[in-house]
Order: sequence, then C-alpha cells, then structure tokens
Amino acid sequence: MTTKLPEVDVVVVGVGWTGSILARELTKAGLRVVGLERGPRRTPGEDFTVPSIRDDLKYAVRQELFQDTQMETMSLRHARSETALPVRRLGAFLPGTGLGGAGAHWNGVTWRLLPTDHKLRTHLSERYGAQAIPDDMTITDYPVSYDELEPYYDRFEKLCGVSGKAGNLRGKIIDGGNVFEGPRQAEYPNPPLEQSVAGATFETAVKSLGYHPFPAPSSNASRVYTNPEGLTMGACIYCGHCERFGCESNAKASPGVSILPALLSDDKFELRCNAYVKDLVHDKTARKVKSVRYVDTRSGEDYEQPASLVILGAYVFTNNLLLLYSGIGEPYDPVTGKGSVGKNYCYQVGAAGVTVFFEDKEVNPFMASGAHGIMIDDFNGDNFDHGGLGFFGGAWIQAGPTNGRPILSRPVPAGTPRWGRDWKRATAKWYNHAFNIGGSCCNYAHRENYLDLDPTYRDALGRPLIRMTYNFKENDYRVAEYVTAVLGRIGRAMNPTLINTPAYRRGNFSAIPYQSTHNTGGTILGTDPKESVVNRYLQAWDADNLFIVGASVFPQNQSYNPTGTVGALAYWAADAITKQYMKSPGPLVHA
Amino acid sequence: MADDNIPRRTFLVGAGAAGSAAVTGVTASPVVAAADSAPAPVATAQPDAWLTLNPTEAAFVMAVVDTLIPADELTPSGSACGVATFIDRQLAGAYGSGARLYRDGPFLKGKPEHGYQLALTPRDYFRAGIAATNDWVRKRHGKDFDRLGEAEREAALKEMEQGKAEFPGFSSKEFFEALLTITMEGFFSDPIYGGNRDMASWKMVGYPGLPASYRDDVKTYFNKKYDKPPQSIADFV
Ligand SMILES: Cc1cc2nc3c(=O)[nH]c(=O)nc-3n(C[C@H](O)[C@H](O)[C@H](O)COP(=O)(O)OP(=O)(O)OC[C@H]3O[C@@H](n4cnc5c(N)ncnc54)[C@H](O)[C@@H]3O)c2cc1C
Repeated sequence: MTTKLPEVDVVVVGVGWTGSILARELTKAGLRVVGLERGPRRTPGEDFTVPSIRDDLKYAVRQELFQDTQMETMSLRHARSETALPVRRLGAFLPGTGLGGAGAHWNGVTWRLLPTDHKLRTHLSERYGAQAIPDDMTITDYPVSYDELEPYYDRFEKLCGVSGKAGNLRGKIIDGGNVFEGPRQAEYPNPPLEQSVAGATFETAVKSLGYHPFPAPSSNASRVYTNPEGLTMGACIYCGHCERFGCESNAKASPGVSILPALLSDDKFELRCNAYVKDLVHDKTARKVKSVRYVDTRSGEDYEQPASLVILGAYVFTNNLLLLYSGIGEPYDPVTGKGSVGKNYCYQVGAAGVTVFFEDKEVNPFMASGAHGIMIDDFNGDNFDHGGLGFFGGAWIQAGPTNGRPILSRPVPAGTPRWGRDWKRATAKWYNHAFNIGGSCCNYAHRENYLDLDPTYRDALGRPLIRMTYNFKENDYRVAEYVTAVLGRIGRAMNPTLINTPAYRRGNFSAIPYQSTHNTGGTILGTDPKESVVNRYLQAWDADNLFIVGASVFPQNQSYNPTGTVGALAYWAADAITKQYMKSPGPLVHA
Repeated sequence: MADDNIPRRTFLVGAGAAGSAAVTGVTASPVVAAADSAPAPVATAQPDAWLTLNPTEAAFVMAVVDTLIPADELTPSGSACGVATFIDRQLAGAYGSGARLYRDGPFLKGKPEHGYQLALTPRDYFRAGIAATNDWVRKRHGKDFDRLGEAEREAALKEMEQGKAEFPGFSSKEFFEALLTITMEGFFSDPIYGGNRDMASWKMVGYPGLPASYRDDVKTYFNKKYDKPPQSIADFV
C-alpha cells in the first residue's frame, strides 16, 4: 500500500551538495520544498567530534559514511561482450549517503573548468581539425560557456570560503596563481593554506623546469570565514582527516556547515531522512513528472509525494537509475548510438604516482588538509600543444600530502618487502621523509562506456542495480603515460635521496583500489534532445518540471575534481528556475 | 607427528611469544589477562577469551602476525601488540559477518579487477583460508603452520604471497593479501580496537595520533621533527 501525500511545490531527491543548494535557493524564492534523503540525519556537532572522528579504521577503512552496498551497489563489466559482476565492496569510488551526501566527507579541492573545457569539441576541432578527434570519442561542448558560468563559480567559491590565489583577475594574469585559468571576477575568498614541505619542494622543482605552480584551491578555510548565508566556518587545523571523514572544526565546506543550518531553520523546508526514493511517476503526454515514490526505511511504508517541480540531486548513479526506472528519456544504445540516458559515463584516469624520499627533510605528512598541495596546470586540458601527441587532454599535477594516517599511507622505497623485519625498518625510516607526486587525468567520453540496468543483480528494494560498461581506452592510456613521464621529470628535479618511478601499466579499470569519486555523465547536457538528457539549464528534455543536477550532466570528465563545476551548475540551474521557469513553467529551451 | 595429539590450546601462549622460533608446549590455558589489578605485561597481550577464533585458528593467526610483524628493536611482535586480538574482534563483529558487503548471487568468478566475489563472509573466508593453509603446510611439513619454525613460516607466507602455493580450489595469494591487510589494519589502527598496544606502531613511525590539531604546529614544525608523544582515542574519554 502506498500512501499518497498532499502535493508540495518542490521535491528534492538527495540532500547532499546539489540538493542542499537547490533546496536553499528555491525556499528563498518562496517555494515549499521537501528534501528526501535515503540515509540518516547527521550533524557535524553531534557526529563529527573529537575523539571519535579521528577513528581511522572506522571511517577511512570500514567506510562508515559511504553508500552501503548491502542496500545498493553497481555492477561492472569492461565490455559489452562480458557479464557484469557486482561491486561487492566499495573501492574505486565512495559515493556518500546520509544528510550532506559525499559533501560531508570530500577533500575540498575546488576547481573551475578551463574556458576551453566548456567548448571542448569546438576548440579541439578549430585547433587540430575535426578529423583529429577519433570517431568513438563522443566528447561535446558544454552548452554553457565559461563566461556565462563565471558568476556561479564565484558564488559557489564564496559559499565554500575557498582558500587560494587567483591567476587571472578579470584578464590580468597573476604570477603565483593558476595562470591558465579563465578570468575570474574576484580573488578567492580566503588566502592559501600554510605551505607544506612537500609543496615547497615541489614548487622549487617545477619552477626550475619552467612550469607555473600555484596553491591548491581548497574548501578548507585558511582562516575563520563567514559565508554569504551568514554561516561561519572555523579555520583549518591541518588535522589530516578530510577525505572520508567529517570535519571536526567546521573548516571544510560541506552542506552541513555551509548551507543546512540556514535551510533547516526555514520552515518552508521539510527534511525527510531515511526516505529511499524508488522512482518518479512520469506523465509522458504532459511531459511532466507528477510525483516521487519512496519508502520510509524506518517503517517499510511506501509513499507517493506529488510535486509541481522535481529536482534530482542524488549523485550520478541514482540520477541515472531514477530515469531508467521511470521510463524518462531513451536509454542509450551503444550499437546504434541512439538514446541518451546512460551515455558518456566517464570516470577518472590516474597517472602512476611518483614517490620521492629525502633523508634530510621532515615531511610531517599528518599535518595536512584535504586540499593542501602545490599544483601545476601546465599539462592539463589543452594548455599544451597536442599536435603530434596522439591524444587529447591532460592532468593537474600536485604534491602535498592530504594525510599521514598510517593504516593506508606508509611510503617505502621500491623493492622493500611488504612485511617482516626489513619492511619494518624501511617503514620506520621513511614514514616522515617521503611524499607522493600525483597526476589526475581527464577521461574523455567513449562510445562504448555507458550506464544501464543490470539484467541479473538487484538491490535491497528489489530493483536492478546500475550497470557500468566501462574501461579505460587508448586516449586514457596515452594521457596517463605522458603525465607519468612528467611526474618522473619533476621528481628527479627535486634531487631526492631515492625516487620510486613506477611505469604506467595499461590495465583494465579496477574496482578495488581507491582512485577518485569523480563519476560523471549519463544524464548529459546538450543542445539536441536526441543527443542529451538535459538542456543548458539542466532541465530534462522529456519533463520540463524535472531538473537534474550533479556531475551526471557533464558531457565528459575533465581532469578536475568535479564539485566546483557541480556547485556552479547547481546555482545556474537554480537561477534559471527562479528567474525564468517560475514565471512561465515550461521548456526553457525549444529544440 | 606426535605434536598433533597435543590439544591445540596448549600452544597458544607459545605461538605468541615474541620472536620465539621454537614453539614449546605449555600447559596453561589460553590467557590470562591480569585477574589481579596489575597491568598485563605487553608480551602476553592475548585476550582473556577469543570471541570467534577457535584454538587452531587463534594459534594460526598469532603465528602469522608474528611472522609479518616480528619482534625487534622497533616494536614487540604482532601478537604482543594485540594484532591477533584485533583480528579476532574484527572477525567476530560487523565486519566479520559481512557488513557493507553485497551478498546477493549469482556468485560468479570474476576478473581480478572485480574484487571479492565470493559468497563467504569475512569470518567464513578466514575459516576456510586458515584450514586450506594448514592443509597445505601439513602435507609438506607434517604439522600446522603455527608449529613451524620462523624461517619455514616466512617461506610459506612468501610462497602464498607470490601465488606459488597451490591450495586446492582456493587462492593462496588472495588469502595472503587478506591476512596482510587485516594485520596492517590491526597494527596501525587506534589501540581501542585491541591492536597497536601502547601505540607501538605509531611510535615506530612517528605518527602522533590524536588530537591532530596542528594549526600552529604546521608553521612551528615546518621541516622539523615532531616530537610530541602520540595519543589514542582512549586518552580523550
Ligand atoms: C572521499 C571523497 C573525496 C572527494 N574529494 C573531492 C574533492 O577534493 N574535490 C571535489 O571536487 N570533489 C570531491 N569529491 C566528490 C564530491 O563529494 C561530490 O562531487 C559531491 O558531493 C557531489 O554532490 P552531489 O550533490 O551530486 O552528491 P552528494 O553530495 O553525494 O549527494 C547526493 C545525495 O543523494 C542521496 N541519494 C542517492 N540516492 C538516493 C535515493 N534513491 N533516494 C534518496 N536519496 C538518495 C545520497 O544519499 C546523498 O546524500 C570527493 C568524494 C569523496 C567520496
């Protein structure tokens, strides 16, 4: 039996970063909003406190805050010819659950895309010729330009109190910031974090090579900061417990620190946690979503919540699943190239990290924040000439530890055994004298990488799991090989006592080691309803009262961590709803 | 093979003795947490009762953690640091019974990149792995793993690590990885879980543990050795 509830103005599915932003903007515009969140209600003051929040086993290893695979997971196959198997234990990526979503346990590296990322296909075609882009590389432009999104990037950065240094202020290039970035209207809200030994060593080396270092743009506040919501963040204490943990000092921007206290005190907003959304009721003729169906996991009762407007902010996997379950849009077919739901699923490619060891440096890796390094962007996007290289895209490159938690982080020189006396000696000797140089590479869309419903495996509610058909492709391997070589060059320029320069291994995507929670695509932005799921305002082509927010709308994955762009697009969509849609509900783009 | 007739539990203390190669039978029953109020000496850091491991399994786990983490000038042995206790408690608790592990079938053999694909909970996986290892060791040496000398134990674990040990129907390499992982978790996690007694591993590497509040230290200790002693969660409650 399903209980039908009285209609509300808006239902927001998922109360993480995007859901919180949309709920806040829409309640401010006078709408009554219900937020449905599948996980528990957590608050920083109750749940993220010392000493228990420093429990490395519980949070970093036993995955306390992440999606519970016993409720729901995804399946994986590397190619259409294979049978997908379930990811039984999370590893490669760690989607969140509970109030605040993954926004509670992210690291805080907060980027904007490059202006050329916004018009990727056009840009590459103009510079290298359209025929240079392989047929199976299904990259597209964002139908929103950098200049259009700039005010919204700025808004999200102010919300998060991002610490950093501008490299391009209204067109003026500034040494010491990211000189490759697009023009920004204002300096970052907070100055960069304190320098680390790893960052300083890296900075000297990359300068000697002629590259352009800058401090990581970080949503870990370098000083006490009050955001435009009137909410105050603490100053970062460099505890080395960002990623996978909630922030104890309220210094890491998160929905729980940066928005929810304001949202929850507004009685136009109603939060329902333990509300697991099952599907949407879609009226195909009217091209509207009528209601959202969910189960209250505390009672097992089913509910149907009608709404005039529905926002999907439930991360990449659920955003795709709910369209597939509800028959909204046409599922993508990689054989014919028709259909768009599930298309252009992308992830992230990692270069083989280099580790440098210095007998005479005290690295203190445990004094760190989640976004605490020095970076370069010289080898990212199309910031370097790709003529004759045989691939497109690149990586941002960084040194600077995010933590020194020893269950997972204990560098030893190559060739050291993994246990026994020699391992102990090497671990004791090098723990405080080594750091990693890493490169996070882009992952450009490929015709054969996509999401659909698994034919066999089901979640705890009896619904099919989402199935990833996904592997790294030739472009990915070449980017990673190129970037791996750059990392080695930088490492050697530091003159370390010892250096590990593992060769890049061309292998299948593996679900086991953590790589990044930067899943993208499947409900992509576009200008053509046949090729995309949402228009430039993140409005679904097949239901004008449905807006889909999050990295599921990215047409491909740039190398950058997604949340800066995700947050900017959330504000951009919110503006489109409050300034255009509310005045005359209907399609905002006529295709 | 006279050894095999001696009840397993009489060996538990011997297997945990720091750095001892020869295992001597002692008649005391498993342990022995201080019934009087004196703190238990580090070298007898087994739990007073195993929560889930049976005597054979407990002896095996102690022998493994003492081989992976031998006693030396840096720390006491793995079992003396409580790592066997940690493993017992982990396997007895939520993790051991399959928390956060998707366990719907069908259970098919995947590629390595699919990760764990078995129907077994971690508790039952370790049960099967210990039995398979002991079967294999018994065929070659006529006795169980924990009764081998240190060099033989090292050699056996190396063969498993390299995937050279042939266990019928069971991957020795994967089981070795599971043993190594849970041993390192126990050695390096906060002592509240029973391992890392006296913060031995944190002292070994110089990890300060809690409270991890370095707002000023990040400047003061820039490129300087951090010399404050570590603290555990237990020090704050
Ligand atoms: C360990 C880690 C480190 C990261 N570090 C960075 C970083 O440094 N920089 C960066 O840019 N990004 C980082 N990210 C990614 C970042 O967390 C995400 O980009 C961001 O949280 C996405 O916002 P979102 O609103 O789309 O999803 P989330 O914030 O995860 O919110 C989605 C919400 O939807 C809920 N939900 C899902 N399905 C349902 C359902 N069926 N019914 C009801 N509710 C549902 C979820 O429970 C969740 O609360 C990191 C992520 C992780 C896990």
